[in-house]
Amino acid sequence: MAPILRSTSLLALLVFQISLFFFASTLPTSSGTEDSYTITGRVRIPASTAIGHAAKFSNIKVVLNGGQNITFLRPDGYFTFHKVTAGTHLIEVYALGFFFSPVRVDVSARHHGKVQATLTETRRSLTELVLEPLRADQYYEMREPFNVMAILKSPMGLMVGFMVVVVFLMPKLMENIDPEEMKRTQEELRNQGVPSLSSLLPASR
Amino acid sequence: MAMEIRVSLLLLIFLSSAVISFSLYEDQVGLMDWHQRYIGKVKHAVFHTQKTGRKRVIVSTEENVVASLDLRHGEIFWRHVLGTNDAIDGVDIALGKYVITLSSQGSVLRAWNLPDGQMVWETSLHTAQSSKSLLSVPINLKFDKDYPVLVFSGGYLHAVSAIDGEVLWKKDFTAEGFEVQRVLQPPESSIIYVLGFLHSSEAVVYQIDSKTGEVVAQKSMVFPGGFSGEISSVSSDKVVVLDSTRSILVTIGFLDGVISFQKTRISDLVEESGNAEILSPLLSDMLAVKVNRRTIFVRIGGEGKLEVVDSLSDETAMSDSLPVADNQVAFASVHHEGSKIHLIVKLVDDLDTVLLRESIQMDQHRGRVHKVFINNYIKTDRSNGFRALIVMEDHSLLLLQQGAIVWSREEGLASVIDVTTAELPVAKDGVSVAKVEHTLVDWLKGHMLKLKGSLLLASPEDVAAIQEMRMKSSGRSKLTRDHNGFRKLFIALTRAGKLFALHTGDGRIVWSMLLKSPSKSEACQRPSGISLYQWQVPHHHAMDENPSVLVVGRCGSDSSAPGVLSLVDVYTGKEISSSGIGHSVVQVMPLPFTDSTEQRLHLIADTEGHVHLYPKTSEALSIFQREFQNVYWYTVEGDGGIIRGHAMKSSCAGETADEYCFTTRELWTVVFPSESEKIISTLTRKPNEVVHTQAKVSTDQDVLYKYVSRNLLFVATVSPKGAGEISSVTPEESTLVVYLIDTITGRILHRLSHQGCQGPVHAVFSENWVVYHYFNLRAHKYEVTVVEIYDQSRAENKNVWKLVLGKHNLTAPISSYSRPEMFTKSQSYFFAQSVKTIAVTSTAKGITSKQLLIGTIGDQILALDKRFVDPRRTLNPSQAEKEEGIIPLTDSLPIIPQSYITHSLKVEGLRGIVTAPAKLESTTHVFAYGVDLFYTRLAPSKTYDSLTDDFSYALLLITIVALVAAIYITWVLSEKKELSEKWR
Repeated sequence: MAPILRSTSLLALLVFQISLFFFASTLPTSSGTEDSYTITGRVRIPASTAIGHAAKFSNIKVVLNGGQNITFLRPDGYFTFHKVTAGTHLIEVYALGFFFSPVRVDVSARHHGKVQATLTETRRSLTELVLEPLRADQYYEMREPFNVMAILKSPMGLMVGFMVVVVFLMPKLMENIDPEEMKRTQEELRNQGVPSLSSLLPASR
Repeated sequence: MAMEIRVSLLLLIFLSSAVISFSLYEDQVGLMDWHQRYIGKVKHAVFHTQKTGRKRVIVSTEENVVASLDLRHGEIFWRHVLGTNDAIDGVDIALGKYVITLSSQGSVLRAWNLPDGQMVWETSLHTAQSSKSLLSVPINLKFDKDYPVLVFSGGYLHAVSAIDGEVLWKKDFTAEGFEVQRVLQPPESSIIYVLGFLHSSEAVVYQIDSKTGEVVAQKSMVFPGGFSGEISSVSSDKVVVLDSTRSILVTIGFLDGVISFQKTRISDLVEESGNAEILSPLLSDMLAVKVNRRTIFVRIGGEGKLEVVDSLSDETAMSDSLPVADNQVAFASVHHEGSKIHLIVKLVDDLDTVLLRESIQMDQHRGRVHKVFINNYIKTDRSNGFRALIVMEDHSLLLLQQGAIVWSREEGLASVIDVTTAELPVAKDGVSVAKVEHTLVDWLKGHMLKLKGSLLLASPEDVAAIQEMRMKSSGRSKLTRDHNGFRKLFIALTRAGKLFALHTGDGRIVWSMLLKSPSKSEACQRPSGISLYQWQVPHHHAMDENPSVLVVGRCGSDSSAPGVLSLVDVYTGKEISSSGIGHSVVQVMPLPFTDSTEQRLHLIADTEGHVHLYPKTSEALSIFQREFQNVYWYTVEGDGGIIRGHAMKSSCAGETADEYCFTTRELWTVVFPSESEKIISTLTRKPNEVVHTQAKVSTDQDVLYKYVSRNLLFVATVSPKGAGEISSVTPEESTLVVYLIDTITGRILHRLSHQGCQGPVHAVFSENWVVYHYFNLRAHKYEVTVVEIYDQSRAENKNVWKLVLGKHNLTAPISSYSRPEMFTKSQSYFFAQSVKTIAVTSTAKGITSKQLLIGTIGDQILALDKRFVDPRRTLNPSQAEKEEGIIPLTDSLPIIPQSYITHSLKVEGLRGIVTAPAKLESTTHVFAYGVDLFYTRLAPSKTYDSLTDDFSYALLLITIVALVAAIYITWVLSEKKELSEKWR
């Protein structure tokens, strides 16, 4: 079908993408022993993080079965595991800055190495082995921008706030107290000698 | 007790209010942590200096690293760490732009882009049998715009296109059992000669058309004596090989496909006799043979006649030959003389012409020269200059040029095998180590900058200034002990048998020391290190003694080889004593006793079932005799599936034995059925771990008592079928069983079976809990399980009245023999990553909550709060439980990117994580080693006992000044008001 659609460059590009997916699925090796297969897949990283893309690409590792085999990505993002036995395998992708779900890969001996892939984290099955990160990892805390509330909430801010309250609100409260009552309280205090906490508070009245 | 409960409750509530995840701001990188990148001991090196760009050297190492190094400074341009079973067999440069590596016994061929290290192509080569593998990149072989790379491995000869990695042709040699020794390519010809041996007694030469791989001609000839395998190609049509008795040199000529042998006795060449050894260097028309530690150079004459042209007496390392100008070929040799090494570059044709002779002072602790690689450059006066890359015995890599060491890399640190910590010396009174570097104004300025930074008002220059100030400040790289215990030494023992002391502040090497052999015998030139122990940690008594570490090594690789003990002073890095101990070392057990000079008693078990006490002093012996009945230990026989418990019996009988040798008796054995269970992991608690409180209080005033015993052993077994790699079996075939075994009585305290699960098991054991990581085959995911052990016998002591009336069993003696009444709680979670190692944080008093440090296969370290692996987690915790800090149960453990303590770094080839407490309770040192080294300081519950580095003194000062000013102003105002009221 590809030759029919190759009229415009845009469409051709689209078809190219699709055909890539098509070939991305596993092909069994014809050579060698019966139960030795090849898993081919592709890692795709969203273009939004294109800055330093190439540098990151060269540091990506693809791990089969927890370290049995480790391979690297080609410039186009493809990776291949050779000499894989039929059965169930686990593929993990490690790239700094991204979190990939491990992939359960079933290589069928009956169907000549046909591959079924499932993301173990989301239980989503993949039609072709194209691995994309679940999320981009941010390893650092972001600094909060300058914020008045944050300053006020800090111990220092609370201290200042308390002082402000004491300096400006306490005289206001004192004004509300009846002067006669004030005098009486003061006399009481003098008589008692020992001031108690409750007598100091204006609410004790 | 009640007080204790209340305090711990308060603490719990206090700590649980702390933020869960470890987190770091980007500008804090490098404040507490450091990271060092290494590559390992270099095996091959290829220079790339032709172009006028960056000069580099491509190396492959024993740590399976392929790397490109800057030839000027020794920095790493790029590197790749291949898998552990992907050892590199050969490395070369093809097309001037690709680095070709052959690995995995010659079955994987990869090409890497030279400038940036991006993998260009990867080809899997078909191999049928194990044989030595050979990578050859012919320089001027070309056809159809393609440059083939020739690879012989596993019985096949492959020609692979250097451009895209496509296999052009392959030739099967498996049927004949043919071993290729050399692939030679005469210049200006498309025919390649493949020379090899058949059953190591018949020499065969194939002439192969390099375009098609077809055999053009084949010649073979039987040599009755048989070959020994080592081969040296001396010219394009001649090779020299030793016969099987290693006393005759055989020159094999294969000119035009005709094979001819020519035998020369070594005894005819030199007087000395003995087994000869052909040295590997590729020298043209010349051969280097090592006889009796002498290196002789043999020239091959025109008719295959051999003549000795030179000999070197001492041990010499030699380089391959290197073409220099005017069709001349040079080679380098390096030998030692006293504390100097001599680098000599000579012409192969004319050994009297010395192109270069340099003497360089070399550190004694680098040992001997192991390998030399040379490279030439044209000086401004058109003469040849040489640079030599040398690999030393301690694995370090040095570049020599113009009689000086241009740069050096301590590659021994890429193969750390054991780590321990040590204190720095106390700062002496009177001698002020700290400089008074700040005036008050500077100090204030600095803090104003910091304040600006924390309010995000700083300009980029300010940020840089802050960063610089932070790096310099707080004297973090001083060589004295500090109040918080942040400055420490990590003592690392490497595979090469070298000790390094690394400063926690900046990671620099304070001292390093290569272990020496106690005897000068031939068999043990350099003992290999096994493990490190803290020998003497003076604190109460013997304060004037320096602390020391014990290095246990052995002479030779065999486990029955005699051991070597070495004591090293931590402050100076000098060896105090070194002795061969005359028996083998199987197990080293530090005992919980020290003598009057704070030397710790150690027991060393040998292969004959005896144990030996160290130090060998009468005082140590009397201490040990007192505790003779209370010393128990266990051995694990992984192959047989048996765990045995032992106790002391009596002194050794026999004439060779001394009074420090003891026999033992077997107390108990636990035998696992070999058809269904295979031991894959055993683990105990760290002996020096501190547990703050045995009681664990929940908010509903319930008390659980932790079962804290030093004698618990965690054992994991798996079905023999499931012992391999993950995913190799079906869920029905594999079961993982874990045990908790008391090592005094051999009693199995707990057994937990996981159906359909398999290893590898990575576990960590601390206080009363074990956390282990394994693979669940049914879900096809990794799982983490926690098991917590609680003491049942103390559960009744909750009643306050009982406590008051003394009707409790808290003062009852605890015996290791009694049957413990205990119960366990456990819970499992999924975990989304493969794991290499797990450790746990440790603090001085054990009060701070713990974090698991999980080394993932991506070579990062994740800090996971212990509260995530708490068996009391439920789906809907009650309000009270939430206050206690119990997190709602989820099926998988969270991976929070901010809690990677390695942040955006990787500890390539991670192998182990070591934690050590600082003096400050909240803080712990974390040191991770692999190919890289990484260190950081962690505060699992935040630094609740000290102000952080971020604390803004300036803000505090400003506040105080503002308050004082406000007080003064209000005072003036009130005075005025009073005055005006009085005037009224």
